[in-house]
Amino acid sequence: MATVATPGLGGKTEAHDPHESYLAEKGLKSWLFTLDHKRIGIMYLIGVLAAFLLGGILALLVRLELFTAGRTIMTAEQYNKVFSMHGIVMVFLFIIPAVPGALGNIFLPIQLGTKDVAFPRLNLTSFYVWLLGAVFGLYTMIHGGVDTGWTFYTPYSSKFTNTSVIPMLTAAFILGFSSILTGVNFIATVHTMRAPGMSWKRLPLFIWALYATSIIQVLATPVLAITLFLLIFERAFGLGIFDPSMGGDPVLFQHFFWFYSHPAVYIMIVPGMGVISEIICTFSRRAPFGYFFIAMSSLGLALLGFLVWGHHMFVAGMSEYSTMVFSALTFLVGIPSGVKVFNWVTTLYKGSISLKSPMLYALGFIFLFTIGGLTGLFLAMLAVDVHLHDTYFVVAHFHYVMVGGTVIAFVGGLHYWWPKFTGKMYNEGMARVAFALVFIGFNVTFLSQFVLGSRGMPRRYYDYLPEFQSLHQVSTIGSWILGLGFLVMLVMFVQSLQQGKDAPRNPWGSAALEWQTPTPIPFHNFVDQPVITRGPYDYHLATEAELDEGYAPGERPADADD
Amino acid sequence: MFQQPLLDANEPASSTLQLPVAMSTGADAIDWLYYFIYWFSVVFTVGITAATLYFVWKYRRRKGVSAAPTQENTALELSWTVPPVLLIVWMFHVSYSAYIRNAVAADNALEIRVRGARWNWSYQYPDGTPESGDALYLPVNKPVKMVMSSSDVLHDYFVPAFRLKKDVVPGMYSQLAFTPNRLGEAQVFCAEYCGAGAGPTAGGHFSMLSKIKIVTEAEYEAHLKKIKDIPAELKDKENGTALWGEQLYKGKGCTTCHSVDGSAATGPTFKGVWGRTETLTTGEQVKVDENYVRESILRPQAKIVKTFENGNMPPFVFTEKQVDAIIAYLKTTK
Ligand code: HEC
Ligand code: HEM
Ligand SMILES: [Cu+2]
Ligand SMILES: [Cu+2]
Repeated sequence: MATVATPGLGGKTEAHDPHESYLAEKGLKSWLFTLDHKRIGIMYLIGVLAAFLLGGILALLVRLELFTAGRTIMTAEQYNKVFSMHGIVMVFLFIIPAVPGALGNIFLPIQLGTKDVAFPRLNLTSFYVWLLGAVFGLYTMIHGGVDTGWTFYTPYSSKFTNTSVIPMLTAAFILGFSSILTGVNFIATVHTMRAPGMSWKRLPLFIWALYATSIIQVLATPVLAITLFLLIFERAFGLGIFDPSMGGDPVLFQHFFWFYSHPAVYIMIVPGMGVISEIICTFSRRAPFGYFFIAMSSLGLALLGFLVWGHHMFVAGMSEYSTMVFSALTFLVGIPSGVKVFNWVTTLYKGSISLKSPMLYALGFIFLFTIGGLTGLFLAMLAVDVHLHDTYFVVAHFHYVMVGGTVIAFVGGLHYWWPKFTGKMYNEGMARVAFALVFIGFNVTFLSQFVLGSRGMPRRYYDYLPEFQSLHQVSTIGSWILGLGFLVMLVMFVQSLQQGKDAPRNPWGSAALEWQTPTPIPFHNFVDQPVITRGPYDYHLATEAELDEGYAPGERPADADD
Repeated sequence: MFQQPLLDANEPASSTLQLPVAMSTGADAIDWLYYFIYWFSVVFTVGITAATLYFVWKYRRRKGVSAAPTQENTALELSWTVPPVLLIVWMFHVSYSAYIRNAVAADNALEIRVRGARWNWSYQYPDGTPESGDALYLPVNKPVKMVMSSSDVLHDYFVPAFRLKKDVVPGMYSQLAFTPNRLGEAQVFCAEYCGAGAGPTAGGHFSMLSKIKIVTEAEYEAHLKKIKDIPAELKDKENGTALWGEQLYKGKGCTTCHSVDGSAATGPTFKGVWGRTETLTTGEQVKVDENYVRESILRPQAKIVKTFENGNMPPFVFTEKQVDAIIAYLKTTK
């Protein structure tokens, strides 16, 4: 049997049987020093899921405190720390690395038909940099946390709070580098490592999305790094750039911060949109309607995203002209978002639609993202935003796009690719129950917050007027349903690892490349170097053998797709 | 269609399911826009969802039926790209116009100074009379311009009934312009996160509330006259001035940083403050007397008590009589 030599760490040479699963080698060392993108992706997956669990517990605490007016379970100071840590963990540790770091790392090279990413060592480095950032974050939490919100606005963060701001800024600073390294790596991989025949026009939409995201990561994250660095100096040495008593400008910090953080919302959502495109095509057995428009709208969002940061500052005291320009540009962002939604729905038309759990998440995404995007239009309307800014309406808006969008897409992608990278099937019935709980719980939690916000309830409030209590209680009850949904999902996945049936090669009967290689994935992704002769969604060109699920004789479950 | 005529101010302000009571001339235009985009969103969401569900049902997977290959259709793509562009151009236009109308104050506007300090609002009427943070009185149907500043961190003056808010920034003045058109009370919130103090009574961002009382011109004048002086019910009391001082101590938010029972807080306790000798950050020793208290209130940064360097007491605007009352009160907190 042929063996392929790959350089390992320290110039060692390892030999691999081309059929051998990437999970075959055992032992902690084989994981910690791996250069295999799939194993790095799995480590990222474990990391981001741990962060999600932590952030989720903090979220449930925030909601529990708000169940009654006045003190429920904690003091105002504790509350401020808990909501700040929730935001920081969710944004910097979970949602930014979730789809690219975990799902992207595992599937980008496979979808491109190649053995690995362009720079495997850089890839491992990016994971360890992430881990270092996470350690700093945890250190900060043990050290009492911060109470600045995830936005770190000056001069509160620089001069007034006495919480551990500097270690937390350092954590975010370090995490930024991890994000940049992944971005550089993906760009290089997409440009140089595509399999023979994998032309740009045949790139899967998930790859287009990751590519657009990587461009934003590489261009925008350095701005965040500089901003955080300045703030560290301001706080530690009284630099004074953001301090009015020294001739500085506190509003400048907001410009710097949102110059990164608005593009960052596209770092969060665009990969999720890529996942959704993949799922919808597979489960309706049809090429996406408007492939070119969907791909270009990812790039369009990436570029437009750099021009609209000012919409977070409509009431911060900018000139009327700046607000006018930012409002106009913000409206434009709605267009590529709308285009994608129309294209997904049209893809369903005349398809052959199967409602397996990944597809349920994809359809859920369309609904939730539509609401998230449309409420973005409320906020883009200057006169209306002045009323809604910094109320619960904004909280609901960004949770609809970040949770209803990105998290739902991430979880959908996890259900979709799970059999391929773990080699195990999961309990579909339980997966559907979990979906139902998550979907209902999410809407109960956040629809009520739109009304709270438009009726005037400001955000980041520990206590509230009695008139807001009933809606807050609805929202808190929703958070319990949502939490229960994720718990069921966790049990379902753990069960799958322990006692799941072995997954066949192509359980969904997809035409995409990653489903053509054996399950679990061989060490070098493919047994032979694939040569691409059709696009990933060309169901009408795919052969019977390619679409065959690959169940062993007699193994085919009754509910398998036809 | 948007500019609201002067209404009968006595007619009670109305609210809807999603928006609170509207009490200013600009509010109705904003509500119209809000409900326009709301109904637009409802129609859009229902349409997308209905189409999705219909397709999912109609094209559900069936044995022997395979999906039809996808055809590109540029005309369709353009048809859902171009009309939305036109729509948003229009939406941008109307929302910007409504915004800019609210941004400019009338020439004859009543100018109110607003100060934000953790975690209280304070006001000053056009003639310089200070008002406590609890409530600002404004005459109905008169244009108002607020000139706002902060003595510590960012705050934001948010009046849902006027559909208005604006950040209040240290080192800079920001403005709000509006015309209240209903009699009644409008709730004020701080809408920019500003932290919280230690302890259950210390307050924080969530308690940085205030009210605007919209009254008739006559009531407004009467109120102005009243607050310049000691409250009538205390006037004839023997220790009336000290009692007024106590009211000010409680009403102006001194309680968040100063105790009278000796317990520790952000600032020195007032228990036994009168005549106490304080060591300043400069090392200098001073005795607490009339001049020292006066300066501590009006220009707190002039002399700073050692170990309280980080407390950042904000400057307060008090009339001479009010300072006198505080002094009288501090003489009693033994
Ligand atoms: C944000 C917290 C804060 C608030 C609110 C506050 N103070 Fe202070 N105050 C301080 C601090 C800190 C000091 C000590 C540092 C200094 O001297 O400036 C102080 C010092 C003083 C002193 C001098 C006391 C001494 O023992 O030297 C007086 C008098 C005083 N404040 C009066 C007031 C009055 C009256 C009010 C309400 C109108 C008030 N303060 C509100 C924080 C506050
Ligand atoms: C359809 C396109 C979108 C439009 C028009 C839009 C518009 C806006 C506007 C105008 C604001 C500022 C509101 C305010 O603070 O007053 C805002 C806030 C926000 N948006 Fe969006 N948005 C869109 C999509 C997204 C997406 C895709 C994400 C993330 C995945 C996102 C995440 C956020 C976040 C995190 C905030 C608030 C940040 C904070 O203050 O903490 N938005 N959006
Ligand atoms: Cu934004
Ligand atoms: Cu405030």
